[in-house]
Formats: sequence, structure tokens, C-alpha cells
Amino acid sequence: MLERFNIVNGLNEDSRMILTTLDEAVNLARANSVWYLLMGLACCSIELMQTGGPRADIDRFGSLFRATPRQSDLMIVAGTVTLKMAPRLRRLYDQMAEPKYVIAMGSCANCGGLFNLSYCVVKGVDKIIPVDVYLPGCPPRPEALTEALIKIQEKIKKEKYFLKKD
Amino acid sequence: MKREDLIKLLLSKMGRSIVRIEEMPNNDIIMEIYTDDLVPIMVSMKKDEDLRFTTLMNQLGVDYGESFAVIYNLYSFDLDNKLTVKVYMDKDNPEVDSVEHIFRGVNWFERETYDLLGIRFKGHGNLERLLLPPDWEGHPLRKDYVYPEVYNGLELKRKTLLEE
Repeated sequence: MLERFNIVNGLNEDSRMILTTLDEAVNLARANSVWYLLMGLACCSIELMQTGGPRADIDRFGSLFRATPRQSDLMIVAGTVTLKMAPRLRRLYDQMAEPKYVIAMGSCANCGGLFNLSYCVVKGVDKIIPVDVYLPGCPPRPEALTEALIKIQEKIKKEKYFLKKD
Repeated sequence: MKREDLIKLLLSKMGRSIVRIEEMPNNDIIMEIYTDDLVPIMVSMKKDEDLRFTTLMNQLGVDYGESFAVIYNLYSFDLDNKLTVKVYMDKDNPEVDSVEHIFRGVNWFERETYDLLGIRFKGHGNLERLLLPPDWEGHPLRKDYVYPEVYNGLELKRKTLLEE
């Protein structure tokens, strides 16, 4: 493994040492193992399933679904959030361990979308939980969701995780 | 069975409870009955050997402004007959007998009708809101419903750019 790494980077065979910061090494591991919560609220979840399927194959970015919030790093809010679902969504978010990230997938999760004038729909999931990436589309294509995941990875790679105050 | 024959049969069997009965365009018959006679009529619809309406396809409520109505769509697989039963009730006190003990599947339909229109079903085992949160106020599909602007601290009204 190390030898191949050296060949790719054109390093000397004798130099068996890579200098980096702890933050970058840890962030590299974290960014390539973003596990998302298996949760779908409406039709966007069909696209979410497609993204996890073999054609779009989000697995190659190290991302796969977990069926429990306690093992998830990323919550993909795929679909319309109704007022009845809102407290349950908040509870799932609270059960996830830090650090945690949220993608608001589709128009409904962003701002209410098509159901903007409805009496029972939350006008944007950011009224309940903090959102990292807003993904437009109705529904977004699997490529777009992959792009949103890459944005999350970029965000993770920039974090100074060990210098965090709290 | 032809629709004219079915109408004659229904009139002969339960003519005293029927307010109005006529043919509908979609191979259907609409039958309006007195609200108090709903349960005995539904029982005989299901049990009667000549009718055999064993399936309740759908149940819904309507707000006509001055009155409420509840509509039941019945179907007979054995005889391939369709029938729509309709009862009206007051605006002030919308209440009708539950048919849950006759057709079990109507349980959630009646809960939905209660949730969205506020029609109460006497004798229903678990008449609670089905779709909306339990602490919701009002019944949204009524004509005189006013949309709430705030629910549990969440702002429901979306402001336009001009208002902001």
C-alpha cells in the first residue's frame, strides 16, 4: 500500500514517511466515511435510494446508510417535513452523535417547495435543525446528491477538529 | 343486475329510509338516506342475500357550507354492483353513527374525516386525529377554516420578499 502511494506521488523509494497534521489525517478518514441516516420522508427518498444503488453508487465515497441515528454522521432530509413529523425529525437529530451534518434535499426540505401554502408543512427544515448544504431540485438527481455529499466532505476536510473549543 | 332493477329492489326493501335515489353517470347509483337509519341500512346492505354489498370501497366527508355530508361507496363483488350512500347532517352538530363494527376497514377513514372536517362518529372505538398532530386546533377542510400563523412556536406563514 505504502509502496504504491510512493509510486503515485513520485516519491523516493527510501522515503517512507509522510508529514501531515493530525487534523488533516483525521479529517481525511472522517470525510471518507460519512455514514448517513436511513430516513426518507417523501418522494425525494426514491432518489436517495437510487443514489445508494449501483448506478450512482454513493458507496465509492465511503458513504453508506445506517439504520440508527446513533451510528450516523449525516442526516439527509429527503422530502416534505410535516408538522406532525417535525418533532420526530428533531428527536432523530438529537440522537445523532457529534459531529453531525445535515443536507436539506429537495425544494420541500429547503423552503416548503410545492407545499409552501399548506397549513401542515414546515416551511424549510432549517426552522427545526441547522442545515449545512441546501440541495435544490424537485427531486434532485442522484448526481446532485453526490455533489452535495462532496460539499460535505470538503467542509469536513477544512475543519480544525482538534482545536475546537467545546 | 341492471341499475333500474337495483333501484326497484332497493326501494322495495328499504323505501322508508330513502330520501332520494337516482342513477349517476359513472355506472353508479346515489342513494340519500335519513341519518338515523344509517346503521340498520348498512347492516342489511352487507347481510341481505339479494344485495351482498360486502365491500366498503371508500368513505369521505363533504362540507357544503350550510350542511355536512358523509358518503359511503359500496361495492358487491358477487353481483358487480356499485352504490353510493349519502347522509346529511347539521352544520352546528355534525354527528353520525359509526359503521366501524360493520365494515372494519372504515376505522381510519372515519378518523380522517373527523380530523379534517370535525364530523364525530358515535360508537367509534378510537376517534382521534389521524393525519394532524394531536394538539392541533380546528378542522382544516371546513369552508370557514382560518389558517393558523403560528403553531408551537413555528411560524407557518411565509413572508414574501416585499413584506420582509
